[in-house]
Amino acid sequence: MARITQTNKPLSVNPLRVSQPMGAALAFLGLNRSIPLEHGAQGCTAFSKVFFTRHFREPIPLQTTAMDMVSTVMGSDERLEEALLTITEQHNPEVIGLITTGLSEMQGADIQRVLRTFNLRYGKKGPSIVAVNTPDTLGGLESGFALAVYALIEQLLPSSIRLPDIYRPPQVNVLASSMLTPADLEALRDWIESFGLQAILLPDLSDSLDGHLTEEGFSNLTIGGLTRPALASMNNSRLTLVIGNSLNAAADLLHERTGIPDVRFTGLSSIAECDAFIQALTEVSGQPVPAKIQRQRAQLMDALVDSYMGLGDVRVAIGADSDQLLALGNFFDDTGLRLVASVSPCNTQLLERLNTEEVLVGDFEDLEDRARATGAQVMIGNSHALQSAERLGIPLIRAGFPQYDYYGASARQWVGYRGMRQLVFELANLRCAQNGGIAPYHSELRQNFNQVPTAHLVEQPARSLLS
Amino acid sequence: MNQTDIQNLLDEPACDHNTAGKTGCARAKPGATQGGCAFDGAQIAMLPIADAAHIVHGPIGCAGSSWDLRGSLSSGPQLYRMGMTTELSDVDVIMGRGEKKLFHAIHRAVERYKPTAVFVYGTCVPAMQGDDIEAVARDASQRWNIPVIPVDCAGFYGTKSLGNRIAGETLYQRVIGTREPAPVPQGVVPTDVKVHDINLIGEYNIAGEFWRVAPLFDELGLRILCTLSGDARFQEVQTMHRAEVNMVVCSKAMLNVARHLQDDFGTPFFEGSFYGIADTSQALRDIARIIGDPSLIVRTELLILREEAKAQRALEPWRERLTGKRALIFSGGVKSWSIVSALQDLGMDIIATGTEKSTAEDRARILELMGDQARMIDDNDQAALMATCRETQADILIAGGRYLYAALKSKLAFLDINHERDFGYAGYTGLVELAKQLALAVESPIWQRLHQQPAWLQASASSAIAAQAGGV
Repeated sequence: MARITQTNKPLSVNPLRVSQPMGAALAFLGLNRSIPLEHGAQGCTAFSKVFFTRHFREPIPLQTTAMDMVSTVMGSDERLEEALLTITEQHNPEVIGLITTGLSEMQGADIQRVLRTFNLRYGKKGPSIVAVNTPDTLGGLESGFALAVYALIEQLLPSSIRLPDIYRPPQVNVLASSMLTPADLEALRDWIESFGLQAILLPDLSDSLDGHLTEEGFSNLTIGGLTRPALASMNNSRLTLVIGNSLNAAADLLHERTGIPDVRFTGLSSIAECDAFIQALTEVSGQPVPAKIQRQRAQLMDALVDSYMGLGDVRVAIGADSDQLLALGNFFDDTGLRLVASVSPCNTQLLERLNTEEVLVGDFEDLEDRARATGAQVMIGNSHALQSAERLGIPLIRAGFPQYDYYGASARQWVGYRGMRQLVFELANLRCAQNGGIAPYHSELRQNFNQVPTAHLVEQPARSLLS
Repeated sequence: MNQTDIQNLLDEPACDHNTAGKTGCARAKPGATQGGCAFDGAQIAMLPIADAAHIVHGPIGCAGSSWDLRGSLSSGPQLYRMGMTTELSDVDVIMGRGEKKLFHAIHRAVERYKPTAVFVYGTCVPAMQGDDIEAVARDASQRWNIPVIPVDCAGFYGTKSLGNRIAGETLYQRVIGTREPAPVPQGVVPTDVKVHDINLIGEYNIAGEFWRVAPLFDELGLRILCTLSGDARFQEVQTMHRAEVNMVVCSKAMLNVARHLQDDFGTPFFEGSFYGIADTSQALRDIARIIGDPSLIVRTELLILREEAKAQRALEPWRERLTGKRALIFSGGVKSWSIVSALQDLGMDIIATGTEKSTAEDRARILELMGDQARMIDDNDQAALMATCRETQADILIAGGRYLYAALKSKLAFLDINHERDFGYAGYTGLVELAKQLALAVESPIWQRLHQQPAWLQASASSAIAAQAGGV
C-alpha cells in the first residue's frame, strides 16, 4: 500500500502532466478516417499537433475552432458549426472527435446542444461527430483518452439485443488504454488472432499511428484505425478485454450496453496478468494455447533467471500516468526491482495499490528530488525526464508521452512475455554498464622500474633473459 | 614437449593430489570430459600479465573463442586484453609458413603495441606441423631486443590444470630471476616500519577483487613484488625470486612455481585464501608469522582486530536476512571449505559441499567445519547435482560458472563464484559484497514466479502427455 501525497506546490517545475484534450485527441486518432477537432484557441491545437507529430514522427490530423476574441465573449457556437461544416466538406471524415478545452469550458460552451442542432440541420448522413468534454484544468492525457473512449461507446455503439453465443462471430473487444503503444496493440492482436479470434481494438492506434508508408501518401484524416462498422459490431463480441484501470468507466458502460462479459487488467507487463490474458483467450475461443505463446513464456522465464543478478534490488524512479505506473509496478514486483520514487501527474485512488512507500502527485522536479534522496539507479519517464536523469547521472528509459528526442517510441513493445523480456534485458544491461565494479588500487609500494638507477641494472641479476 | 616432460609436470611433489596410487592429474575420459585444454590453462595463467603482448600461434579456434573473456583486471596497461593470433590458414599449414608468419606477427606486435615482453603460445596445429616456436622466439628476441617467451602448450598435451603447470614452469624457467627488484620507494611507510617483500601466486584479481585486500598490504608495509598473475607486469614477474615469503592463493594451479622458489631460493610458501573473514585474517597472520618480524606480527593483529570488527558491523543487516537459509556449495577452483566457513560466518546452513577436486586434507577441514553430518558430493555430473539440490531443498546453489546455467534451468537460486563472475568477493569487504549478492539471489521474486504455472500451461502439459500416451 502506497501513501498518495499531493505536493501542492505553488509552482510546477518540469511538468509531467499532458493536457486532457490531448489525450482525447489521441484516442480519436485511433479511428479510421477520423479527425479530432479542438474547440478552443488555435494554439491548443497547434501545440497538440506538434507534440504528437514529434512523438510519432507522423502527420497528425487535428483541427481547431480557432476561437477569437469576439467568439470568446459573444459565444462560439457558430464558429463550432462552421468548423464542423468545413471539415465535412473538405475532408469528408468518418468521425470527427469534438473536444473541448479550458477556454471553451470556461466560456460555458454547450457542445452537446450545438451538436444536436447541427445534426438536426444537416442530417446524420455525414461524419459521426463524437463530443467529449475535456477541460485541461482537470485530469491529464490518460483521463482525456479514457473520456474519449467512453464517449465513443456512448455515442457510436447502438444498444442491441444480445445474441446467443453461437450466433456471434469469434470476436473479442479490447479496450486499450493510452499507455499501450502501437507495437503493444499489434502484439495483442497477434495473440488474439492466434486463437482464431478477431480483435476489435478501441481505439486502434496500431493501425493508424504505427508508422507505415502507404500509397495514399499524405492525408488530412487518419489512415487506418478502427472503422465505424467495426466499432458498431462491438456489441456482437463474445468477450471484452480491458487493459488499463483508466478505462474502467468505459468498460462499465460497454458492459451495461451490451451485456458482454469482460476481463480487466491493470496492465500486461506481469507474468500473472499475461497468464490470465491467455487463459481468457483459450476459454473464450475453446482453442488450446498455441505452442508459440508457450515458448514466449518459457523464453521470458529464461530471461528472468539469466538476468536476475542484474535486476535484484535495483532502485527505480518513475514518472508516468497512473495506468503505466501500476502496470510497471507489477513488473517490478515480478523482477525484484524496487520502486523508490514514483510520481503521477494525476491522483487516482488505485495508486495506493503500488508496492512502494509513497506516490507523489507532482512533476519531474518532485521526481528528481525524490530520486536523488533515495539514490535511484534507473529512471523511467518521457523525454522531459532526460535532464533530471542527466543531473542525477543515471540512465533513462523513455516511456509515455512525449518522446521527441527518440526514435521508435511507437515500435516499442512493453506488454506480453516478449515485451517483458525486452525490458528485463534492457534494465539488466543498463545496470551492468553502470556497475563500475571495484576501483583499481594503485599501491605506492609497487615496484617502479622506470626510476631504477642505471647502476642497479649493472648488478648481476640471477640470470640473463636475452640470451 | 615430449611425454617425459609432461609426466614430470603432472608429477608435482608439492601437490596433495599427488599421492600414492594416483599420479597427479587424472586423464580425460573421452565422451565424459569437461573443462579446457593445456593451451587454455597456460593462457589463463599468464594472460593477466598486463603489459605483455600475448600472441596465440594457431588457427582461429584457439584465440578466436577465448580472447578477452577473463574477468582478470589491470590497474594499468590494458594490452593483455588485445586478442593476438597468427590465425593460421590451411594454406599456411600446407605451405609450412607458420614459423615465418609467427616471426612477422611478433614484429608487428612489438612495433605497433610496444609491449614489455611477448608471450607466444604454441597450439595443436603448429605443434603437429613441427613449428620451432622456441627458435622463432629466440631470433625475434634478438632482432628486436625484447623478451619473447615461447610457451609450448598444445591442447593435446592434456588438461587445463596441466596448462597451468606449463605456464608456471615456463615462467620459472624463462622469466623469474632475470631482474632484481626496484628499490623500495621512500616515505610511503613510517621509518620505523621495515618493508618486507612477498609474492602472491595464483591470485588472478577477478573482477578486481584483490584491490579490496591490497590496501591492507600497503598498510602493513608488505610490498608485493608480484601477483602471479592478476594485475601483474612482466618486470615484476622477473623479480619474484627475491620475496621473503610466497602465498599460494586458493589454487593448485601454479604450485610448481612456489616449490621451485623454495628449492632454489629457499623462499618458504604457504597456501591460503582471501575468501571470508577467517581465511583473510589467517592469510595475513601466516605471512607475518613466516616473515617473523615481531613488529609486523603485532601490527597485523591490530589490523585484523579493526578490520574484523568493521566487517562484522557491515554484515549485521545481511546476516539477519541470510540466517537459516540453506546453501549447497559446488565449487570448481575455489576451495570448498573456504567458502563453507565464509557462509557459516553469515549464519547460513551449509547442507552439502562438492569435493570434486578436494584432497584428503580438504575433506578433513570440511568435516571439522560442518560436523559429521557433512554431505560431500564427489560427482561432477550436473544432473546428479541438481537432484541433490532438490532433495535437500536448498535455497541456493553456490557454484562455478560451469554449473550456472544448469542451476538456472532448474529454477534454483544461484550464485556464481567462478572466474567469469561479475563481482569480487575477496577480503573483508568482499564478504559483505558476497552477503549482499546472496541475499539478493535468495530473495529475488523470480524463483517463486518460475514455479507458478497458469492453468492453461498445466492443461497443455497434461494433454501433451495424453497425446503421447495415445500414440503408444
